[in-house]
Amino acid sequence: MTDILEVRAVSKRFGGLQAVGDVSFSLHEGEILGLIGPNGAGKTTLFNLVNGVYKADSGTISFAGGDITGRPPNEVVRLGLARTHQIVRPLQGMSVLENVIVGACFGRENQSMHNARATALEVLERVGLTKRAQTPARTLTLAGKKRLEVARALAARPKLLLLDEVLAGLNPTEIVQMIDLVRAIRDSGVSVFMIEHVMQAIMNLSDRIVVLNLGHKIAEAPPSEVVKNTDVVEAYLGFPDIVDKLRGLQ
Amino acid sequence: MITMLRRPLFWLILLLAAVFAWLPLRGNNVALREDLILVAVAIVLTSNLNLMIGYTGYVNFGHIVFYGLGGYVGLYLATVRGWPLIPAALTAGVAVSLLALLFGLGILRLRGAYFALATIGVLVAVQAFVANFEPWGRSTGMYVAFESYAPMGGPRHALWTTYFLVIAVMALSLLLSLGIKASKFGLGLFAIREDEDAAIVLGVNATVYKAIIYSVSAFLPAVAGALMFFKNGMIDPSIAFEYMLSLEGIVMLMLGGSGTVAGAALGAGLYERLRSYLLTSPRLSDFHLVIAGGLLLLVIRLAPGGLIGWLYRLVPRSREVVE
Amino acid sequence: MSGILASMIDGLLIGSVYGLAAMGLSLIWGVMDVINLTHGSMIALGMFGMYLLFSAIAVNAYALLIPIIAGGFVLGIVVYWLAVNWVVDRSQLMSLLSTFAVNMMVIGIGTAIWSTSPYNVNFSLPGITVGEYTFTGNHIAAAISAVLIALLLELFLYRTRAGKAIRAVSDNREAAELMGISSTRVLMVAFAIGIALAASSGALVSTLFPFTILSGAGYQLKSFVVTVLAGLGKPLGALAAGVLLGLLEGAVSPFIAVSWIPLIEFGLFVIVLIFFPRGIFGRASA
Repeated sequence: MTDILEVRAVSKRFGGLQAVGDVSFSLHEGEILGLIGPNGAGKTTLFNLVNGVYKADSGTISFAGGDITGRPPNEVVRLGLARTHQIVRPLQGMSVLENVIVGACFGRENQSMHNARATALEVLERVGLTKRAQTPARTLTLAGKKRLEVARALAARPKLLLLDEVLAGLNPTEIVQMIDLVRAIRDSGVSVFMIEHVMQAIMNLSDRIVVLNLGHKIAEAPPSEVVKNTDVVEAYLGFPDIVDKLRGLQ
Repeated sequence: MITMLRRPLFWLILLLAAVFAWLPLRGNNVALREDLILVAVAIVLTSNLNLMIGYTGYVNFGHIVFYGLGGYVGLYLATVRGWPLIPAALTAGVAVSLLALLFGLGILRLRGAYFALATIGVLVAVQAFVANFEPWGRSTGMYVAFESYAPMGGPRHALWTTYFLVIAVMALSLLLSLGIKASKFGLGLFAIREDEDAAIVLGVNATVYKAIIYSVSAFLPAVAGALMFFKNGMIDPSIAFEYMLSLEGIVMLMLGGSGTVAGAALGAGLYERLRSYLLTSPRLSDFHLVIAGGLLLLVIRLAPGGLIGWLYRLVPRSREVVE
Repeated sequence: MSGILASMIDGLLIGSVYGLAAMGLSLIWGVMDVINLTHGSMIALGMFGMYLLFSAIAVNAYALLIPIIAGGFVLGIVVYWLAVNWVVDRSQLMSLLSTFAVNMMVIGIGTAIWSTSPYNVNFSLPGITVGEYTFTGNHIAAAISAVLIALLLELFLYRTRAGKAIRAVSDNREAAELMGISSTRVLMVAFAIGIALAASSGALVSTLFPFTILSGAGYQLKSFVVTVLAGLGKPLGALAAGVLLGLLEGAVSPFIAVSWIPLIEFGLFVIVLIFFPRGIFGRASA
């Protein structure tokens, strides 16, 4: 089993705050790796380090065998690492289709406008946004915008997809649809690294889970082991409803 | 490239250029020619400004610097160095674009408002430099000796020749805007305009794209500047770098419809007429600036998409033809 | 004392006026993230305001600051409703264009009324002589006025309820609204204060140098330089940075022609923005 992503001893400090401290883990090709932790644990910061939005103070990150430490986001996506945002960022003034075409044009395959359009239509079909192709992105519902984020990232034909709280703000039906979509994405050959707070979903979806607390990794194991891990439960002890959920999953 | 031929606007642009070329020829109407050349220059400036503001979302307050600097380089090469006009004008375009690339690499790291303010700095810097630059006449500037018009068949012929050349530059500016809009490069610019950070995450090399478009937006205005100042026979720092013209460029663009090709042409055409009227009217000429400002405020508050934006709302199908 | 030292001390005095001007810009920028491109024209209006008042009422020009501040405040409210209220939550591009449009209108009206001829406020206070150098009385009075106004602003922001409301809205508008603070009213007041500060700095400048309707632009540039040097949010920081700028000008002006100074300031502005986005003392600019 090859590792598509290897993070070694990565750290990032912002002024007085050690946002991410000496974090190491690997993501196996074809797996869904979950990333959980209490608020402020450094999850989004870690994503930002992996896809190049922030430069790590120390440590290395390799993707598909090549070193990507310190490379800017636009280069990283060309190599096949795409990412969605926690707070969705549609290109508001452009249509849904145009948004996805951007993803296809500037992604791994660096497609021409013509090919990108075909890719975009195909991806919109996969996420279920075909009917909305011509509407301005700003008119979508939150669920629609989340699917647009995913579609845009998929259009880049990534080998690894980083999903940042893709379920947040969705109602139960929408959550189920999104979970199915994530599974389908993995089944199509794309590895997935996802941050989530919806415990039920992430425990079900993930093959393995990395747990962060206060910037440090406190666990990296399959879900069944993570729920029994006392460090993890302790980290969440300030959040009784999550602790209940964890206990409920044991 | 071939798809360009399928776009109606491509043919409309060529038609516009043909009309501009033909109208003053009828009856050798020199007065009309002088009016139309000003409109053509306004269109050149506005459509190239559109590349920065409308397409990329970066406001350039100092846009006129390209025009003025092109005027200086072109006039210098044509008069002092004795070059023929067309090579002089083209060289001016290239030289100013390269300089823009240099400046751009410095100031394009700045976002939004800071960039806008820095462009004023570029204008002020270039003007101050030129006003102190000996080979270009410092604050007195330069004159075109009558003899320089001789290779073109004398001043009267030269006026006609430069007119047609300016029309060509106008057509090229509009075609350039259209071509970029239809291209992948243009798509990248629009993405930057909508959300630069999201665009970068999607793979757009924003740094390079911005530098390229800033440089490109300098080329044709510089060529036009070279042609115009040569035709007018003189240049000095105050007329080359009129801050007011930069500001009016913005008004014209917003009036017509920022981000559209037709909007740049429409806004420039309409405003240029308004301006001529205001400047020659004895009572209103003082209020020229007030009216421009008031117009800008009205447009951005009531119809931020300009006249073309308003057209799109009235007749949604027009979006496909009038882009 | 040497010529350069005298020049620098003079620069220090004038710099406090720069600081005052910058406070107006910085306050608006910090509170509502709007870059006020009417700043220069408001400074110019302050200059003409002082000229008109002084021509009408021949009293100590510095006493006339009070009606000017009041007038500036009212003017600020007008400009707020004209061009700023609607851009507060929109793109920076819109706020730039909106304030810029008003700037054009004010300069246009000003040019129509006063043309571009230089004007003067003929009021002089006796100077102070130290050795062979005399420090102009007006420069000293202007500096004292600027510092006083700055202190008043600081008191207002930190000791009054209205001031605290402004700081709250500046920190986190949503939270402030949840606390029952009417953010529209607060933003309006903050903007009006910013304009009043600009106008008062213009009024002070009018007692120092001859001016035209276009003179505001140079001070607007200085305000931008000072604001980015100081970072946003701290009025006294802006005052200090203004003094620093004045000091720099004083040190440099014996050696360089005046026309190069705006250029140097612009260079400084761009360099500070690129390398010190948080300013030298304050918090991150926007």
